[in-house]
Amino acid sequence: MVKRIKESWNSRLGVILAVAGSAVGLGNFLRFPGQAAEYGGGAFMLAYFVSFLLIGLPICWAEWTMGRFGGQAGFNSSPGIFNYITRKPAFKYLGVIGVLIPVIIYMYYVYIEAWCLGYAVNFIAGNMDFHDISQAGDFWGNFIGISENGSAIGFGLKQVGFYLILVFVLNFILIYRGISKGIELFCRYAMPTLVLIALIILLRVLTLGTPDAAYPERNVSNGLGFMWNPTKHVVEHQAESGAWIVEKEIVDRNQLEVAEKEAIANATKRVRQVTVSEQLLNPQLWLAAAGQIFFSLSVGFGVIITYSSYLSKKDDVVLSGLAATSANEFCEVAIGGLITLPAAVTFLGVAGVAGMGTFGLGFNVLPMVFANMAFGGFFGFLFFFLLFLAAVTSSLSMLQPGIAFLEEAMKTNRKQSVALLGLITALGCGFVVYFSEDVKALDTMDFWVGTFLIFVLSTIQIVIFGWILGIEKGFLLAHEGSAIRIPRFFKIVMKYISPIFLIVIFSLWVAANVFGLDLRTGEATYSGYIKDLFIEPNAVAWLSVALIGIVAALFIFIITLNPEYKKITRKGSK
Amino acid sequence: MTSSGWLIMILSVGSVTLLLTWCVIKVFTTPEETEHIHGFEQATPDVEKDASDKS
Repeated sequence: MVKRIKESWNSRLGVILAVAGSAVGLGNFLRFPGQAAEYGGGAFMLAYFVSFLLIGLPICWAEWTMGRFGGQAGFNSSPGIFNYITRKPAFKYLGVIGVLIPVIIYMYYVYIEAWCLGYAVNFIAGNMDFHDISQAGDFWGNFIGISENGSAIGFGLKQVGFYLILVFVLNFILIYRGISKGIELFCRYAMPTLVLIALIILLRVLTLGTPDAAYPERNVSNGLGFMWNPTKHVVEHQAESGAWIVEKEIVDRNQLEVAEKEAIANATKRVRQVTVSEQLLNPQLWLAAAGQIFFSLSVGFGVIITYSSYLSKKDDVVLSGLAATSANEFCEVAIGGLITLPAAVTFLGVAGVAGMGTFGLGFNVLPMVFANMAFGGFFGFLFFFLLFLAAVTSSLSMLQPGIAFLEEAMKTNRKQSVALLGLITALGCGFVVYFSEDVKALDTMDFWVGTFLIFVLSTIQIVIFGWILGIEKGFLLAHEGSAIRIPRFFKIVMKYISPIFLIVIFSLWVAANVFGLDLRTGEATYSGYIKDLFIEPNAVAWLSVALIGIVAALFIFIITLNPEYKKITRKGSK
Repeated sequence: MTSSGWLIMILSVGSVTLLLTWCVIKVFTTPEETEHIHGFEQATPDVEKDASDKS
């Protein structure tokens, strides 16, 4: 047992950059553009900003406030903070979710971080000379071992092993150096560098013009249109059953005129305009927008509550929370929204990009784009190095809640807690890397922890803030030392609207993604994640869920050993 | 891109840029809380303590 000395942030700018770094990740540059384009730029952005005001900002402020409040009593992790605020024994066990989420996500996030570093190195080494998208797909498949379990483990330049060890060690060196000398110092340099690189790439993308005269429709303007146009034009054909099936989306004006002429001549074809109002009536759009806000801001991860616990009583949380959030929004909307899809459409056209998932867009489409661009090796390196920096600032934040929890609950010093967390995450990461076939382990853990549990933790947090701590006391605490004030109407938002909005979105998400309910047609088929567990049991899916359960059980066991938590529960005060 | 697409893009990008700019100005014009709020340089207390214990 070692007496711990309280750690602290060195400056307000440092904590803002650290929280912003935690929030800015691959989702800003890969997931957001894909979602916005799929649901029509204008309609999606409306739902996106509504979600930002109703759940993003409120939960963010609640986390900052509760974290600083718990930190004053000497608690830095969710179990301790929840226990201290609520004085209810069950909440320290619910707080385990706030440690479990970042620790489990780290196990696979560091693997993806290694992909980014590996891609950056291979661009500089000149190994990314792709001529078609299948070559880019094959490179990715071999790099991550998608075809067979165990095939990702290799240490060549075109294999992930070496990069994985490098990023794993880098993360733990930085986390070992502590809050101010490790996380804060790194983010102080990494975040401005990240924004600078992003602006250089943005400048390059916006000046691409029409690179191939043989395909005049593949240009930056149509790329921006694919991302931002509020109304969409889709070509549909009529099936034998009479139903209209979407064939493709058209952005280019000349192609649209041709398609309309073809539709006049062919009765089984039509060009349909999908309006903003029609898209806004689609519940799936609201689910996508709320989900994007949620995951992008790092709310409900258990990270902000730990980071803010290292603030002092007089440190501002309202402006800091807003500043970190706005930095994330800037990177997402103003940079991610202008780089990724315009670049991809300019080289591959709308048809080559539509429907691509996050990994498909990031690790198949974009490498192909950079391979075909003038000075592509350099810009490809810059882009994947940018993703790597964004990933490191995020993965660092995933380790700190675990470190804080072990130090707090087991009374270990930093060296011991780093060693123990290193062992746990190395075993988990090894599991994810070994079971690389179809990225099944990664996908299963991301679904149940990286999505499902985040909804649960956010709901718990906003309920604690609005109903257990109390909205009046919560606002009083938030405004201690604050540089700005939270507008009064947020009292109603945080007490009533945020929890209801969150519960509705969560219920829809469970209906759509767990029970496979199509929210437009009402048809239901169980999702792949349920099938993997109960209908057509998959060993890797079950092992992944078992791993999550074992880590959760370990954390619960550690909590039962801590006398400080019991003291708070029994006496009502520390 | 259509004119409504331009409008959506300018409004979206402009609003987040304005919000960030306002926050940055506000953070830097609040002098007493901008730097060294805890009055010590970058430090990692327990790591340094371990090192001094060894020596």
